[in-house]
Amino acid sequence: MLIFDQSVPDRVNPSQAPAVDADVSDIPTAHLRDQPPQLPEVSELQTVRHYTRLSQKNFSIDTHLYPLGSCTMKYNPRACNKYAMLPQFLMRHPLSAVSTGQGFLKCLYELQEILKDVTGMAGVSLTPLAGAQGEFAGVAMIRAYHDARNDQRTEILVPDAAHGTNPATATMCGYQVREIPTDASGDVDLEALRSFVGPQTAGLMLTNPSTLGVFERTIEDIAHLVHSAGGLLYFDGANLNAIVGKVKPGDMGFDVIHMNLHKTFSTPHGGGGPGAGPVGVNDRLLPYLPVPIVGENNGDYVWLTEYELPQSIGRLSAHMGNAGVLLRAYIYARLLGRDGLLRVAEYATLNANYLAKRLHDHGVELAYPDRRAAHEFIVTLKKLKDETTVIAMDVAKRLLDKGYHAPTVYFPLLVPECFLIEPTETETKHELDGFVDAVVEIFKEAHSDPELVKTAPHTTPVGRLDEVKAARELDLTWKPV
Amino acid sequence: MPFIPHTKQDVEAMLGAIGVDSIDDLFDEVPRSLRGCELTNVPAGMNEMQVGRLMQERAAQDGIYTNFIGGGAYEHHIPAAVWELTTRGEFYSAYTPYQAEASQGTLQLLYEFQSMIAALTGMEVANASLYDGASSLAEAVLAVVRAAKKSNRILMPRTVSPIYRKVVQTIVKHQNIEIIEVPFTDSGGRITVDSLTQCPVDGVAALVVPQPNYFGVLEDGDALTDWAHERGLRVIGLVNPTALALLKPPGDWGAQGADIAVGEGQPLGVPLSSGGPYFGFMCAKQKLVRQMPGRIVGKTVDARGIPGFTLTLQAREQHIRRSKATSNICTNQGLMVTAATIYMALLGPTGLRRVAAQCHHNARRLLNLLGDVSGVERVFDRPFFHEGVLRLPQAVAGVLRALEAQGIAGGIDLSHDYPELGDAVLVCATDTRTDAEMDVYAEHLDRILSRRRLDPPCAQKLAGNE
Repeated sequence: MLIFDQSVPDRVNPSQAPAVDADVSDIPTAHLRDQPPQLPEVSELQTVRHYTRLSQKNFSIDTHLYPLGSCTMKYNPRACNKYAMLPQFLMRHPLSAVSTGQGFLKCLYELQEILKDVTGMAGVSLTPLAGAQGEFAGVAMIRAYHDARNDQRTEILVPDAAHGTNPATATMCGYQVREIPTDASGDVDLEALRSFVGPQTAGLMLTNPSTLGVFERTIEDIAHLVHSAGGLLYFDGANLNAIVGKVKPGDMGFDVIHMNLHKTFSTPHGGGGPGAGPVGVNDRLLPYLPVPIVGENNGDYVWLTEYELPQSIGRLSAHMGNAGVLLRAYIYARLLGRDGLLRVAEYATLNANYLAKRLHDHGVELAYPDRRAAHEFIVTLKKLKDETTVIAMDVAKRLLDKGYHAPTVYFPLLVPECFLIEPTETETKHELDGFVDAVVEIFKEAHSDPELVKTAPHTTPVGRLDEVKAARELDLTWKPV
Repeated sequence: MPFIPHTKQDVEAMLGAIGVDSIDDLFDEVPRSLRGCELTNVPAGMNEMQVGRLMQERAAQDGIYTNFIGGGAYEHHIPAAVWELTTRGEFYSAYTPYQAEASQGTLQLLYEFQSMIAALTGMEVANASLYDGASSLAEAVLAVVRAAKKSNRILMPRTVSPIYRKVVQTIVKHQNIEIIEVPFTDSGGRITVDSLTQCPVDGVAALVVPQPNYFGVLEDGDALTDWAHERGLRVIGLVNPTALALLKPPGDWGAQGADIAVGEGQPLGVPLSSGGPYFGFMCAKQKLVRQMPGRIVGKTVDARGIPGFTLTLQAREQHIRRSKATSNICTNQGLMVTAATIYMALLGPTGLRRVAAQCHHNARRLLNLLGDVSGVERVFDRPFFHEGVLRLPQAVAGVLRALEAQGIAGGIDLSHDYPELGDAVLVCATDTRTDAEMDVYAEHLDRILSRRRLDPPCAQKLAGNE
């Protein structure tokens, strides 16, 4: 039932709004609306009950193992939420004087310093509002760098396994996109790359470990190749959690990086945002960082803007990024400290390798069985499909019945019938073992009762939805009957 | 180990199962030359009590000010239930609803959000939100240029927030789009059909109409929309959602209504939060739905005919279309929209209208009070919503500093972005400001301005000692 279906005319919540209609007679009627908007008219209890019930229809980290590969669904510590929501932070207007926000700015300044250290970069800007906006900032800086040198370059290279935001971002920055193939072992095909790089190459966007869940072993050669041609190297920090404290992207030769704080630094995913996508750069891209950035001057914290950094690519949002998300990331970093951050990479990798090995022992085929898994890994269910006609999507849906959120399905696109599985470091061995048991059971069901799997899920509030109907007969808003 | 549950026995069993001796062995594919980095600038970890104390100290350092700043972010009363519900783990710690069957809570909520925001703006369709108001305006510009195919110029009034105009510039810079500034009238602080006649229309894809505009002044949505449509331009309405409970929605502007409506969603239940996270919204006419970026939720049915909700029109998006996507946008601002949806449900049409009316009432009182202070004048004489521009008899920055010493965040200094207005300040009053707070502001302003004339060097110090 929709909230609108519970609406009754003239029901109001008097404690939530001014008691009377204030006088607005000085606004000419031509400016006023003639009909009230069709918002629901419900009581506070109806509202609370409705949205509590809706929340209960969600899988979430707090309720289920959520091994969604490349998304890093790990525990979001409650302390991060509690202390980012102190009234002074919440009530501060973003355009108020820096003198009224020294405590807040100090947190952000220290976060910049922490991120510089973690990435091995010379400068960090916290302003991008999400990973994709961080990518945009990164590629825009690559462009600004070449433009400033009067070096007309037209192409951005991305591996075929890359996240879709990489090519979409390159296009938004006015570049043509060229995809580099992956070799049989899951690394970038170096020979192909060699033939692709040239004076037209503005840069290469790379995730390492890659979206195939393996570390690019030839990263130093790749960096050399791209740099020799005058291009820059972009690190998509989606998988930074796999190497944090172990390897610094700056040491690998990357010139620019974005970080998804909702992954490595465990800020909440919130049903799809808000994220935060800070960018880090080495010396040569420093002048182009998006503004504002927090600067420090004898213990006073100030905003550095386009006036102090005239070569900046500019502003990406109305204010200074998703401040509340940044505070949560800062609190997380302070709770973990340097040793804790290192353990993120270690235990995420331990859990992934353990889970991969156990699934493999039960006959689940790994896409790259000869490779070490990073913080995530890919299995392919092609054999199961050939034997039973049950496809990866069916297994994913059946996992919901068993109380596990499905892994990422059908990504990366180059592995058939694949799952990208990322257990994260905050799950217990016991929970991982339960997941293995569930997959083993589903494989048995696929052979004994394939229909059961193909019609799953059976226990969720709705069954499989008609997506074709959703797209063909668009119904995007409620309308009164 | 914070948030890592492994016991020593677990680790040994797991390493044994994998067949390695140590966790370090799991990193053996990383070239040796890259391994063994050290974090030198990350402090040692703290426990929750220590971190709690640290954050309390930082927060206390900042204090709380009586806020008269608007300019795109507004302080409103937020019902307690909004964030009690929003931070439920099932909303807070879920992700983008890729598995629709396991995400009906988020999906239905987003559908309800789309319905509510479309109702407020009077538009046919809405997406599930964008990053913030400024980036939403940039996305709207990209959308209308895509839809227009051959036109790549945008008429952008100078009455649009200067920050928004900068953000648009950053985001659309590489798409060969030309932004043409439209001047505003001296006394009205708004654009008129007369100011538009000086602008080119050849190759122009759309006119942006802010309502209310950055100065708080109401633009003539009807006349501007008709002017644009008569010349084959589309109209992007940039609107404040609170104001729309009272004001004519962009969908009703002129004969045909605006084509796209975007704005900052923060006023709908999201705290000021030092700048974010907020959310942007985008609504459009049905025929532009495929040009919209971001997530869109649609209603459908399952195999048994039970209604349900799912992400739809995904063929526009980066994970399917890659380099040909409408935008690189991946996530929306789900959690902020959760708060906004609950906020709109709690207030309803009557409550939201009363909030809007109270904002206007308070702003009118504030502008009258401050405008009566000796030496202060109102800059524009047009109808407004909940903020306005005042000209001071001396530099704004010093006055704002003196007000700050009294616990008052007095407004936005416009002298950098609008030097033609002189020593101008943008002030705002919303539903949260009391008569007493406004009176105190007026008293201090009067005192600061008059003392300063008598004894300029000490004005600030004296103000601080009182």
